[in-house]
Amino acid sequence: MSHDASANALETPTLFVPRRKLLFTGRRAIVASVFSSLLILGAIIAVFYLAPGGASVRYFFFNPHQMWQSFTGNPSKGLSSVGAGIITNIWMFCVCEVMVLIFGLLIAWVRMSTSAVLFPFRVLSTMYTDLFRGIPILLVIFMVGFGLPALGLGFLSTQSPAVYGCISLTITYSAYVAEVYRAGINSVPNGQLLAARSLGLTSSATMRRVILPQAVRTVIPPLLNDFISMQKDTALVSTLGAIEATRAAQIYASTEFNFSGYVVASILFLLLTIPMTRFTDHLISKDRVKRLAAAQ
Amino acid sequence: MSDVVLDLQSVTKRFGDNEVLRGVSLQLHRHEVVCLIGASGSGKSTLLRCANMLETIDGGDIFLFDQSLSDPRIDPDLVRRNIAMVFQSYNLFPHLSVLENILLGPVFALKRKRSDVIDEAMALLSRIGLSERANDFPERLSGGQQQRVAIVRSLAMQPALLLLDEVTSALDPTLVGEVLDLLRDLAQSGTTMLIATHEMGFAKDVAQQVAYLDKGVLVEQGTPEQMFSNPQHEATRKFLERA
Repeated sequence: MSHDASANALETPTLFVPRRKLLFTGRRAIVASVFSSLLILGAIIAVFYLAPGGASVRYFFFNPHQMWQSFTGNPSKGLSSVGAGIITNIWMFCVCEVMVLIFGLLIAWVRMSTSAVLFPFRVLSTMYTDLFRGIPILLVIFMVGFGLPALGLGFLSTQSPAVYGCISLTITYSAYVAEVYRAGINSVPNGQLLAARSLGLTSSATMRRVILPQAVRTVIPPLLNDFISMQKDTALVSTLGAIEATRAAQIYASTEFNFSGYVVASILFLLLTIPMTRFTDHLISKDRVKRLAAAQ
Repeated sequence: MSDVVLDLQSVTKRFGDNEVLRGVSLQLHRHEVVCLIGASGSGKSTLLRCANMLETIDGGDIFLFDQSLSDPRIDPDLVRRNIAMVFQSYNLFPHLSVLENILLGPVFALKRKRSDVIDEAMALLSRIGLSERANDFPERLSGGQQQRVAIVRSLAMQPALLLLDEVTSALDPTLVGEVLDLLRDLAQSGTTMLIATHEMGFAKDVAQQVAYLDKGVLVEQGTPEQMFSNPQHEATRKFLERA
C-alpha cells in the first residue's frame, strides 16, 4: 500500500506557481493598518498646525471656551444657544419625514394610477415631480417663506419661519420620495401582479398584500438616504430667520467674532446623521447578503 | 346549467400590428381536459390570458357558463375567482410562506375566514406531500415543489376551470415528472383544465381533446388518437414530426 501511495505521489504533476510573498496577513496586517492610519492622521494634523495661519484658525474655529459658550448660549449677551437650536432642526425633520412619507406615497400612487377619472391628477403629479426635483431647495424656501406671508391668507400667512421651512422641505422632498416609491413598486416583477390578479384579488388588495410588501424592502435604503440629506437641509431654513443650529451659530459668529459655533453645529449635525448613515449601510449590506443567499 | 364551461367564439387579439389570435373557436366541457399545442409564439399563452381577462380581446366573444365576458358590466375579479391560472414561472409570492401563499386568495379575494381555510390548505399541501414545508418560504423549495405549490394555490380557490400556461417549461428536466403526475391526478379526479404544453406524451395520455395552434389560427382539433396518429393537416403533421 505504502509503495502504491508513493508511486502515486511521484506521478502527480508538480505545478510551478511563482510564489507571491504575502506581506500583510494576520497580526502584521493590523499593525500595518494602525501604522498607516496614524501616519495619515499625523500628516493632516501637522499641516493644520504648521500652516502659516494655523494658530488663528485654531483660535477662531476650535476654541474650546468659545465652543462651549456657543453650545450653551448666553442670554445676557444676546447669544442664542446652538444646542437649543438643533432641537428646532430635530423637530423640523421629524415632522417633515412623516409628511413626506404620506405625500410622497400619494403622489406616486396618483402618478401610477390607470383610472380615467384621475387623468388630470396624473398629469399634475408628473409636472409636480419634474418641477420640484428641478428647483434648488433654497429657492423653494424663499418662495414659500416670503411668498405665503405676502399672500395675506390669514392662518396660512401668519406662521413662524420654521413652519414655512417645513412646508418647503415637504414640498421638495415629497417629489424625490414619490420617485423612490415609484421605482420600488416598478421593481416588483410583473408576474407577481398577474398571479395576484388571477387569484381574483382586486387591484387595491394586490397592491396592499403583494406589491407594497415587496417594494418596501427595496425602497428603505434610498428612502433613508433622502432623509439623511433632508436632516442636513433643515439648516437652509436659517435663511428665513428661524433660530435653528446654523442660525444660532451665525448670530454667535457675528456677535463674538468667533466661528467656533459653526464647528459645534457641524458636530451636532454629524451626531444626528452618522447613526442614520451607518444604519442605512447596515440595511443595504444585509439585503445584499440575503439576495446572494437566495440566488444560490 | 349547460355542460359547457368555457366557450371561445372566433376570438381575435392584436398587439399593435401583430395579430396574435385570428378567430379562434374552442369549447371546453365540464370535467374535460383540453391540451393546446403549437410552437412558441403561436398564441397559446395569449389565448389563456384572454380567457382569464388578463388581456382584452379585439373581436369575437368568450363565454364562461353562458355569460359573455365582453359584457362591460361584468366584474373581472369575479370571473378570475372562478378561473384559476398557473404560470410558467410559478410566480409564488416570495414574501409569504408556502401556507400564506395558499391562503391569500381564499382569505382576501373570497373573504373566507382564515381558520376555515387553513385545514383545506393543509389538506392540499399533504396531497402534494409538502405539508411539513408549510411554513417555509418559496425560495427554499425546488422548482418542481414551487410549481406544485402554485398549482394547489390556484386549487384553493375551488375554481370551475384551471388554466395552465406551459407549467413545466421552466423546470429542470428531472423535476418535470412530479408536476405532470400531479396534473394527471387532477385530471383523474375530474378537474376541468385547459393546458398549454410542449409535453406531447402527456397531452396524449391526459387530454380528451388536443388543439393545434399555428400563428394564431386553430388549425386542427380532435381526440389525441386522431391528432397524433392521423393528423388531417400538413402543418399539424410537420409540427408533430418535429416535436
